[in-house]
Amino acid sequence: MPLTKTEQIVNASLKARRKKERAFQLFGIAAIALALFFLVTLMGSILSKGIPGFFQYYITLEIELDRERLDPLGDLSEQSLFDGQAKKIIEEVVLEKTGAKSRNGRKAARKLLSNGSDTRLTSFVRANPSLLNSTQKVKFALDDDADSYFRGFVKKETPEQQRRLSNIQIEYLDKMNEDGLISHEISDYLFFGSASRNAEMAGIKGAAIGSVLTLLVCFVIAFPIGVATAVYLEEFAPKNKITEIIEININNLAAVPSVVFGILGLAIFINLFGLPRSIPLVGGMVLALMTLPTIIISSRAAIKSVPPSIRDGALGVGASKVQATMHHVVPLAIPGMLTGTIIGMAQALGETAPLLMIGMVAFIVDIPGSVTEPGTVLPVQIFMWADFAERMFVQKTSSAIIILLLFLILMNGGAIWLRKKLERRW
Amino acid sequence: MRISYAIAAFAVSASLISAANAREQLSLAGSSTVLPFATIIAEEMGKNPQFKTPVVESGGSSVGKKGVCEGIGTQFIDIGNASSRMKASELEFCSANGVDVTEIKVGYDGIAVANSLEGQTLTISKADLGKALTAEIPQEDGSWIPNPYKKWSDINAAYPDIEIRVYGPPTTSGTRASFAEMVNQKAYCGKDELAKKASAARDDKSGKKCRAMRTDGAYIEAGEQDNLIVQKLQEDPMSYGIFGFSYLDQNRDTLQSALVDGTPATFELIASGDYAISRALWFYVKHAHIGVVPGMDEYMMTWVKNWGDDGILTDAGMVPMPEAERASYEKAMSELPVLTADMLK
Repeated sequence: MPLTKTEQIVNASLKARRKKERAFQLFGIAAIALALFFLVTLMGSILSKGIPGFFQYYITLEIELDRERLDPLGDLSEQSLFDGQAKKIIEEVVLEKTGAKSRNGRKAARKLLSNGSDTRLTSFVRANPSLLNSTQKVKFALDDDADSYFRGFVKKETPEQQRRLSNIQIEYLDKMNEDGLISHEISDYLFFGSASRNAEMAGIKGAAIGSVLTLLVCFVIAFPIGVATAVYLEEFAPKNKITEIIEININNLAAVPSVVFGILGLAIFINLFGLPRSIPLVGGMVLALMTLPTIIISSRAAIKSVPPSIRDGALGVGASKVQATMHHVVPLAIPGMLTGTIIGMAQALGETAPLLMIGMVAFIVDIPGSVTEPGTVLPVQIFMWADFAERMFVQKTSSAIIILLLFLILMNGGAIWLRKKLERRW
Repeated sequence: MRISYAIAAFAVSASLISAANAREQLSLAGSSTVLPFATIIAEEMGKNPQFKTPVVESGGSSVGKKGVCEGIGTQFIDIGNASSRMKASELEFCSANGVDVTEIKVGYDGIAVANSLEGQTLTISKADLGKALTAEIPQEDGSWIPNPYKKWSDINAAYPDIEIRVYGPPTTSGTRASFAEMVNQKAYCGKDELAKKASAARDDKSGKKCRAMRTDGAYIEAGEQDNLIVQKLQEDPMSYGIFGFSYLDQNRDTLQSALVDGTPATFELIASGDYAISRALWFYVKHAHIGVVPGMDEYMMTWVKNWGDDGILTDAGMVPMPEAERASYEKAMSELPVLTADMLK
């Protein structure tokens, strides 16, 4: 049977149409492949650097915990242990283990152990006072240069002038390694240490707690205000010019660069209210300003998606407008509101720019105990570490990035879980 | 009921604010070059349970010098760090706010010019280094043209026959400012006869205009992070970089120093003053806060304990002062002479 005219036209154009379709699909696949490529490269480089950063080299030494020398005041207070001779006691053991005799040799041997070894010994004593006056095995971190040697960053073949460890130091390290004193373990400093200029002692605990405190303040301020604003604008506010302007401004605020909120925070909270710099309270307030638009917008969307029949039903059985909103609409909108809030908070978790102005981008060692003690946050810690010269910080930086990413995944996962659990379908 | 909630919330926030106002730890800010050393001192001081660890902010030398002079009260910083000395104009800002400060020098930092060990060592005079990197070069007739040198060998046949490509810090950096002043302005425009004449001809006797760096791609701004420059140099042996000495010190196994006026940047040569490009590191102490914020004296004493020839600071790459200078600044810490404009001359 001969083809009709229409069929002929269609057949003729078929090839070109199919080609277009294939091209479009190829384009899409290529875009996804490119995105995947970047993601894999990024994750690959972070993981390959970061995973070794979770480990470090320790040395186990037998230390005689002589009470008189460690605790001169005899009350085991921090001050007494600080005044004691912890450093000297450790050094004596190191000198014995390395067999260093000459003045230069002794100087070289002392530098092999972390600068924080004395603090580690005194905190060990404070935790186990019953062990005083006995000989105990205590684990100390190696100095970051010595650590780099075992990692293979410092090579024996490099001429002595060009490396940070002298021949004699390498000799000592090899000797102690042969004696089985050196071990490679998960770094406790990374998780339980605070900011430090000694790469081997630096950890994220201070920054992580700072982040939690800051986000807590942020949530306590932003969530109620954001939800109340959304409820009022959506359910009660008259539709007129003024509310329209407010709406437009809220939408615009969501696109304002975050550093601007930092300047606002500096001007209002610090200069006007006289709050101190560098504290999570101010940080949380600034981040709350930043997350408010996100929360308001998502909360309004959540309220809008509640079917009008629910409101009508409530009003129909005699509920007041407030009762209908508070008892029926808001509870149904809560999952959507929470999702928006968590996403806003996750954004806030990754911010450094607004915190720069209010002094939270700083080197802060002490772990904040409350929102009014100086603290910093995880991304700031990463930023600071990335700039330090010591080579061990490169790996620590990537490790901290992995931890920050885990936090983010956790928060976003939480948002998805909440939505799935509380979601209602109509 | 509702009102009592509001009152309670207000009371809680008020008590938080008053609790926060009595500051227990020192607050410092300023130069990112001084920061690594100031943080070492802060951490060392914080080991003593009597004191909280000082909070050290970055921000650049100008933030340190301006911040310390902004006023008296715990919302202002106590000590400002700087890698360039206070200027008379900056001191006026202090006096205008009624702030007395004492100037303490803590040590030196070299600015290294370096490249990968796989590349060619650059042996160059300080003046020619400025000539290679300054934005404009004078002509015989006194006019200024954009820097025409493409290769190092264009300046002097003895220099490497490779393109001029130097990674360095951006304009916000104190390292960049010091380098431009010492090399471009003083060593090149201040010494070269032609440049001196041409500078005077354009109303620029001191040669300040020479501080501008090339923007035609020969000088590449690599961001505030010196680590980034180090990485670039390791990847590209044909390029050179300008950064703080401590980064060269940490990467001795992959980088080599250029010989500027015949001298490489080494610890000993910076300390002896032979290496041509180095600057002093300072901090400025606010008098009104001594005895009010706990730990000011202790902080200064911690510097004294550690700024010697062989301590944790030199380990991190800071170059110590000669003994006589150390003694004079240790004296200044106890006597606390008020900084005056005469002292800055």
